[in-house]
Amino acid sequence: MMSEKHIDEISGVETTGHEWDGITELNNPLPRWWLYFFYATIVWAIGYTILYPAWPLINSATTGILGYSSRASVADEMAKAEKIQEVYDKRIEEESLENILADQELRQFAVAGGSAAFKINCVQCHGSGAQGAPGYPNLNDDSWIWGGDINQIYQTVAHGVRFDGDDDTHFSEMPAFGDILDSQQIREVSAYVVSLTGEPSNPDLVEPGKQVYLDNCAACHGENAQGDIEQGAPNLADQIWLYAGTEADIAKQIGKPQHGVMPAWLGRLGESTAKQLAVFVHSLGGGQ
Amino acid sequence: MSDTTTRPADVEQFDAEAVNAAWARKPLYEARKKIFPKRAQGRFRNFKWIVMILTLGIYYLTPWLRWDRGPYAPDQAVLVDIANRRFYFFFIEIWPQEFFFVAGLLVMAGFGLFLVTSAVGRAWCGYTCPQTVWVDLFLVVERAIEGDRNQRIKLDNAAWSVGKLFKRASKHAIWLLIAVATGGAWIFYFADAPTLLMQVLTGAAAPVAYITIAVLTVTTYSLGGLMREQVCTYMCPWPRIQAAMLDEKSLVVTYNDWRGEPRSRHAKKAKAEGKVVGDCVDCNACVVVCPMGIDIRDGQQLECITCALCIDACDNVMDKLGRERGLISYATLSDYENNMAVATNGGTTDIDPTQVRNADGGFSDRVTHFNWRIIFRFRTLLYLGVWALVGLALLYALLARDRLEVNVLHDRNPQFVTLSDGDIRNGYTVKLLNMIPEPRVIFLSLDGLPGATMRINDIDQPEGTSFAIPVEPDRLRTLKVYVRQPLGEVTGDRQSFHFIAEDKASGEYDRYNAVFNAPEQRR
Ligand code: SF4
Ligand code: SF4
Repeated sequence: MMSEKHIDEISGVETTGHEWDGITELNNPLPRWWLYFFYATIVWAIGYTILYPAWPLINSATTGILGYSSRASVADEMAKAEKIQEVYDKRIEEESLENILADQELRQFAVAGGSAAFKINCVQCHGSGAQGAPGYPNLNDDSWIWGGDINQIYQTVAHGVRFDGDDDTHFSEMPAFGDILDSQQIREVSAYVVSLTGEPSNPDLVEPGKQVYLDNCAACHGENAQGDIEQGAPNLADQIWLYAGTEADIAKQIGKPQHGVMPAWLGRLGESTAKQLAVFVHSLGGGQ
Repeated sequence: MSDTTTRPADVEQFDAEAVNAAWARKPLYEARKKIFPKRAQGRFRNFKWIVMILTLGIYYLTPWLRWDRGPYAPDQAVLVDIANRRFYFFFIEIWPQEFFFVAGLLVMAGFGLFLVTSAVGRAWCGYTCPQTVWVDLFLVVERAIEGDRNQRIKLDNAAWSVGKLFKRASKHAIWLLIAVATGGAWIFYFADAPTLLMQVLTGAAAPVAYITIAVLTVTTYSLGGLMREQVCTYMCPWPRIQAAMLDEKSLVVTYNDWRGEPRSRHAKKAKAEGKVVGDCVDCNACVVVCPMGIDIRDGQQLECITCALCIDACDNVMDKLGRERGLISYATLSDYENNMAVATNGGTTDIDPTQVRNADGGFSDRVTHFNWRIIFRFRTLLYLGVWALVGLALLYALLARDRLEVNVLHDRNPQFVTLSDGDIRNGYTVKLLNMIPEPRVIFLSLDGLPGATMRINDIDQPEGTSFAIPVEPDRLRTLKVYVRQPLGEVTGDRQSFHFIAEDKASGEYDRYNAVFNAPEQRR
């Protein structure tokens, strides 16, 4: 049954029949341009759902006849980026590290690439700012256990430290002096080592500690305790401590040294990335 | 239909209907009725021709103006270089961080529009709006091909023939050419015009250039050629906003019915019969010229863009009749209401035009005429003041702005590094901005950090206190700077100091307040 038409007296236009407090709503038709746009959007929407993935099915969705997928388009862009990077990667593999540092374009690419690789592979131990942690060296400073020029840094990155799977890895092991020296001697030598850095220490211990040091430690750490890069023996006279710098901590390290391990990255990341990492670490301010 | 016995033969009577007249406003869904504006002649039309030539000239020619900036910058006077993020305007070059200049200009444009509207109504709409200018241009083409109003109406009603087809086709072809040229001119603002023209013609330009031309071609053709007055009436927000801008002292195109009514097509006969007649001879000249399809004699209407063409049309009629010009004129609402009150005895009677005239036929003293002083009133002066203030502020900013800048970002992680000898080192990213199109050597130094030295990655110079850094013309150079302070000189865990950038040749100077962090509990 058709309900009867309500016509507004003043405008002569049909009303919707809805009424609020005596106010009725005119049932004016939509403007035609609006209506056509509306129809056009419907046509567009249908076309879109045919061309692009749209309709959900039970386990998947329609794929659309254009075969578009956002995953594929990301993969596509990644492939394109890799293609651009390939050129640089190849040059970095071929060039010596000195030449990479000297070439502004290569160096910038290597620093940026190394920074990205660092964030994925290195921050777990060295920290996001490469500032290190007890047992994990700070890479920003100017103290290098295994050397701070670009080739030495690369050597460390590429082959690691005390890493089983690499024949070229750095290797050194400080003996456990807890088995060799008595506890008084350890206390003395610890006091001596602390005094080297200019910190106040008990002079009664420092004096005999020096002799203990010369007898036992100078062979690796050097007479002046400046360390030896060849053996990975840290400089003990500077302000930087791999573990901690208090007398008790030093005594602990002398008695039963800890030995950190760093993996060799060349095999895992390839030559280009390993070189980029070295250039990046070298750029952090301590590179020599 | 002209009545030769009652008025000069050359006052033509038009059989016209104001298709958009206020009293016959169509429902929104009714099809558009075509308007065939007749060509107007007179002062305002001439003025509009000049404005049209000027505005179109500025639009089409500006990208081709050259401005020598030396070998390191483009020589196009006005250029929006999006790829390099630079905006060139004659001697001014704007970097993205100086975009507030553009914002300021937009504020000025807004207040300028308010000022003009409160003084002389919709002058923007009537004279300079691109919609008006391009519709005028399209009408010139239409008239040249299809003739003036009557021929166009006839052609429109005629059955399709080869002749009609030819005329229509050539009209639309020329319209499309204009539209393409409009879109084409736009892209030249964004790249070197001569180069881009060659690229466009040889198909070597970027797709975005062609897309822009295509979009602007479609909009120009449909807005200027097909939709015309509907754009102003239905699409444009400005007619709605202007209602708030106009007051009783704004000049608007007005039909002065206090002297025009009662209108009569047979004035002499009516006068002979002793009837009172006004100046309007109801010739409809004002209606046929109106591009908006309205009848100004119905009063102020939203559709009226104040193009003043009806003033020209009526002035010509008044001239022929030997009457004063200005039956339709720019008038303020307050003048109009005053004169209406005179003509109607304060609203008590119908309009009696004899009330506004003396016995000798001239206007009585009680009639007020436009007084230009009214333009200078609080409101317009306020707009002018704000407008000028913004302008002066921009000018000052322009004259005082730096062309050499240094920006500094402190490393966040690590905040500081302790070196083997105990010295403290902080890392900074320093950006040197050389904002002139000349290569420069900028000296970077430290101020206020005792004993501090620096080292800069990529700059082959030993640790020192001052570095000479070459920066390319019109470029920014980013540097990684390591600042080192001896342990003994450290005075706190947050020391404030300055990076100083200086061009020793020109004396330009900028500094940046930075912070040097050190571990707590240091002596
Ligand atoms: S106002 Fe002027 S142009 Fe319009 S009909 Fe009257 S006399 Fe003619
Ligand atoms: S009424 Fe007069 S001023 Fe207004 S748009 Fe029409 S011709 Fe122009």
